[in-house]
Amino acid sequence: MTSAAATPMSARYETVIGIEIHVQLKTASKMFCRCPTDIEGAPPNSRTCPICLGLPGTLPVANRRAVELVLETGMALEAEIVPVTRWDRKNYFYPDLPKGYQISQYELPLTRNGRLAFETSEGPVTVGIRRAHLEEDTARLVHAADPGGRRVSLVDFNRSGMPLMEIVTEPDLRTPEQARRYAEELRLLLRAIGASDAEMEQGQMRVEANVSIRPVGEAAFGTRAEVKNMNSFRSVERAIAYEVERQERVLDAGEPLVQETRGWDDDRGVTYTMRIKEGSDDYRYFPEPDLPPLRADPAWLEEIRGRLPELPAARRGRYTAGLGLSPYDARVIVADAGATALFEETLAAAGGLGLAGVTPKLVANWVSGEYLRLAKQATGEEVELAESAGAAARVRPEELARLIGLVADGSLSGTSAKQVFERHFTAGEPVEAIVTDLGLTQISDRDALAAAVEDVIAANAAAVADYRAGRQQALGFLVGQVMRATRGRANAALVAELLRGGLDDGGTTG
Amino acid sequence: MAALSHADVAHVAHLARLGLGDDELTRLEGQLNHILEQYRVLAELDTEAIAPTAQTIELENILRDDLPGPCLPVDEALAGAPERAGDHVVVPPIIAGLDE
Ligand SMILES: [Zn+2]
Repeated sequence: MTSAAATPMSARYETVIGIEIHVQLKTASKMFCRCPTDIEGAPPNSRTCPICLGLPGTLPVANRRAVELVLETGMALEAEIVPVTRWDRKNYFYPDLPKGYQISQYELPLTRNGRLAFETSEGPVTVGIRRAHLEEDTARLVHAADPGGRRVSLVDFNRSGMPLMEIVTEPDLRTPEQARRYAEELRLLLRAIGASDAEMEQGQMRVEANVSIRPVGEAAFGTRAEVKNMNSFRSVERAIAYEVERQERVLDAGEPLVQETRGWDDDRGVTYTMRIKEGSDDYRYFPEPDLPPLRADPAWLEEIRGRLPELPAARRGRYTAGLGLSPYDARVIVADAGATALFEETLAAAGGLGLAGVTPKLVANWVSGEYLRLAKQATGEEVELAESAGAAARVRPEELARLIGLVADGSLSGTSAKQVFERHFTAGEPVEAIVTDLGLTQISDRDALAAAVEDVIAANAAAVADYRAGRQQALGFLVGQVMRATRGRANAALVAELLRGGLDDGGTTG
Repeated sequence: MAALSHADVAHVAHLARLGLGDDELTRLEGQLNHILEQYRVLAELDTEAIAPTAQTIELENILRDDLPGPCLPVDEALAGAPERAGDHVVVPPIIAGLDE
């Protein structure tokens, strides 16, 4: 099997990618009615009302929170906020759309002309954001066979009318990796704002990619394919890489590309034709007469702007420039909500406990290293951008601070500390209790170590002779023997000192 | 403002899923073009000083607080469904993404 993602991009063609992302907004009620949004796991058609069922004679009223979340997202994306916006009807017939139209925003999206910067393996990239607008989600269709074997589609209107934000980029992206990193960074941003949980596997974030290629140097865009059904960030990268390769094969064979919608088959690692576009879609958009326009009052906008939290990029900047973390540690920690919380809280706990030796760098090492290793083990290898919030709850920040403090002041060896941390992560006991229970306290008492040092000198005549003959490396061997005898608990520096004293004494007296 | 052709009317009828016969299309073609004719008269007015609007009532910013309310009982919600299987509405099979 060949890996599409590993295939280098052709030097003859340039790839052009634009991304459309739909995210379910985190509100308590739906977009235009008061049905609750707790549809995950709810019985089919149990979260509906005359408005989201599209019954005649109903009047939609927009959810303020949903509007504010889009405005906040627009601000985070440095986008322009449109002073007056309105709603439009997008008309088409499909069983998941009870009214025969979707309330959306066509000519006047709430926000437009923004941008988002993110990191890739080839350096930083900034993508233009064409627009972010608000619309309502459709019902969910399940394809099934009835007891008589007849193929049918089943409709669950629970999702109908859920608030949905659509974010569209300019066709600025050039590689499958850029597309993936953009989607990942956008997800972090949306989660930081609290606009959406943006779980791809649960359909809270749906990524579609418009992919085309053109000969290098050509200004006009090639014929594009719209790729859907990518259910993970990894799939986004793989699907686009496959699609680029496919389009190159078609053009190289002298055949024309057709404008179409293609689905990604994750198991087979290919895209396939879902729908050929014949002519442009005709949705007969027109202004929604049931919803009055929205005017973005400056005071309201200021209030929303005041709520913006520290965004992922700013946080990474603070971690590297302000706290001295490596770019790697900053990226890894900020990419994971659980790791971020644990890092911040452990640092705060260390301050509260007066543990001056527990530096941000040391805390970052523990969080990006041991903590994320155990969290990934606990949540499964498949988790992307490890969502370790649940795992983070297993570690008490003040305990981690104490543990790092014990290593910093030499009371605990690094190896022992990892053992203690793993047990704290698994069983939740306080660090001190685990250290005592495992008998891991470092032995820094001269008298306690003296016997072990004497035994080692007595038992290793050859190494002792080597040392006395001037071979310093023999001392390392002898220290190792004492460490072994004390199961790693001896303070190595003290052992070396005691050995030197004993050997040098022996040299002069014997 | 160009007049609607017979094909335009047939296209619009299809978009609205109206099964119209050729004689009906011809009749509607005349009626629709007559309506467009009236707009041509309106378009002669000088509207330079008037801001475009899509509203007939002067309301703005009608928003509600994000507070959930009661839903319909499932039986009531599905009372008008053409066919029902469990708590789902049954419709003819749709191949995902093939049509919309
Ligand atoms: Zn409802």
